[in-house]
Amino acid sequence: MTKEHANWSPYDNNGGTCVAIAGADYCVIAADTRMSTGYSILTRDYSKICKLADKSFMASSGFQADVKALQKVLSSRHLIYQHQHNKQMSCPAMAQLLSNTLYYKRFFPYYAFNVLGGLDSEGKGCVFTYDAVGSYERVGYSAQGSGATLITPFLDNQLKSPSPLLLPAKDAVTPLSEAEAVDLVKTCFASATERDIYTGDSVEIIILNANGVRHESEQLRKD
Amino acid sequence: MFRNQYDTDVTTWSPAGRLFQVEYAMEAVKQGSVAIGLRSKTHIVLACVNKANSELSSHQRKIFKVDDHIGVAIAGLTADGRVLSRYMRSECINYGYTYESPLPVGRLVVQLADKAQVCTQRSWKRPYGVGLLVAGLDESGAHLYYNCPSGNYFEYQAFAIGSRSQAAKTYLERKFEKFTESSRDDLVKDALFAIRETLQGEKLTSHVCTVAVVGVGEAFNILDQETVQTLINEFEISGEEAPINESNVEQSGGDGDGAAPDQRGAAAEEGAAPMDI
Repeated sequence: MTKEHANWSPYDNNGGTCVAIAGADYCVIAADTRMSTGYSILTRDYSKICKLADKSFMASSGFQADVKALQKVLSSRHLIYQHQHNKQMSCPAMAQLLSNTLYYKRFFPYYAFNVLGGLDSEGKGCVFTYDAVGSYERVGYSAQGSGATLITPFLDNQLKSPSPLLLPAKDAVTPLSEAEAVDLVKTCFASATERDIYTGDSVEIIILNANGVRHESEQLRKD
Repeated sequence: MFRNQYDTDVTTWSPAGRLFQVEYAMEAVKQGSVAIGLRSKTHIVLACVNKANSELSSHQRKIFKVDDHIGVAIAGLTADGRVLSRYMRSECINYGYTYESPLPVGRLVVQLADKAQVCTQRSWKRPYGVGLLVAGLDESGAHLYYNCPSGNYFEYQAFAIGSRSQAAKTYLERKFEKFTESSRDDLVKDALFAIRETLQGEKLTSHVCTVAVVGVGEAFNILDQETVQTLINEFEISGEEAPINESNVEQSGGDGDGAAPDQRGAAAEEGAAPMDI
């Protein structure tokens, strides 16, 4: 009396890893550019990062078709917001919108594992991390995707405050300089690429600060 | 003569074959403060006069950004204009979502016109009481359209709507042949001149008018007050006058104030119905 299961799935996992780190006055958002399916590579040159607003960038791993649809929905919603409010959405506002949009499809989810990075209304870096149905939290740093289990422990070691019981309470934001944070991200990806078959080819890095946006790209192992 | 018998609802024809409710709606457009538009091959400029209810209140917004490549100026019932702008914005966003490209202006105005027509053929609705000057840029070039409450729409090189628009139209009729090759700045200048014509001697300052531009390489944007005031100062200080002053004065004098009926059948008599151009 075993239940018959579907022989077709609406989902696929295109792999990849996304990382974001929040600084005192900057934010770094990074994702590798490999898109795969099963054990094959579809392309070595696909961007998983999307600019949602002037100060909000979203990096998403998972099923890229759902990611694309999610990006389009959020962009359209942002246009509506701009018409109504005559200004861009703040990063915390976009964070809430992303959460609501994901939960809206609670019973047929977007197969997307998101990290939202940007600057809050005070100009401080902020990173929000999500699960597939919209549960989210503001954090100082986050990794999502196939390489997340390799990267997160490393970031914990480098960035996390020794204990939450420590007084005085420490800020969510890391005391790293911008250059150090970018270097740390490159190190994370180089390490994850070694052991995660779905991560590699190259990493696309976005650095957001008071002066604007900067792009960096670094080659990774292609095997 | 028979106007009062057949004007109760929009679905009643008059014996002369007119829908008076629709014509009354177009009358509302004529009562609104003036909005003008003019275009060259690469740019379109919209300008309007700001009317405030009293000194204490702010003026109504009459120019709306619809998308990066489309903007609209309205005259008449501003509330109706706001609602239609929201519809236009929504259409542009949905088209962009589906096709990842900007909505062609010609398609938007047709959708708008069809929406207006629906209100002329339902007994439980009323026509929109607002005229829209839609300025937009797409693959086929720069466009300026006028959408009527009747559901008609026309493309123009330059046009003016609202009270005392005749003065602006006269000015534009004289200059329009040069507009195609005009530079962006000359176009803005002509728009300000046209606005000045409608003010009938009232001083033209940036508090009284709003100007917006859209063109090749320039997303739709409303010029800020300082920029507009600078432009006004430039041509007033240089003593530039709109050429052929004498006929200007005659036209303005004859036009009277906004209450004077426009030639197009505002009077009850059997002139051509405004919709039948």
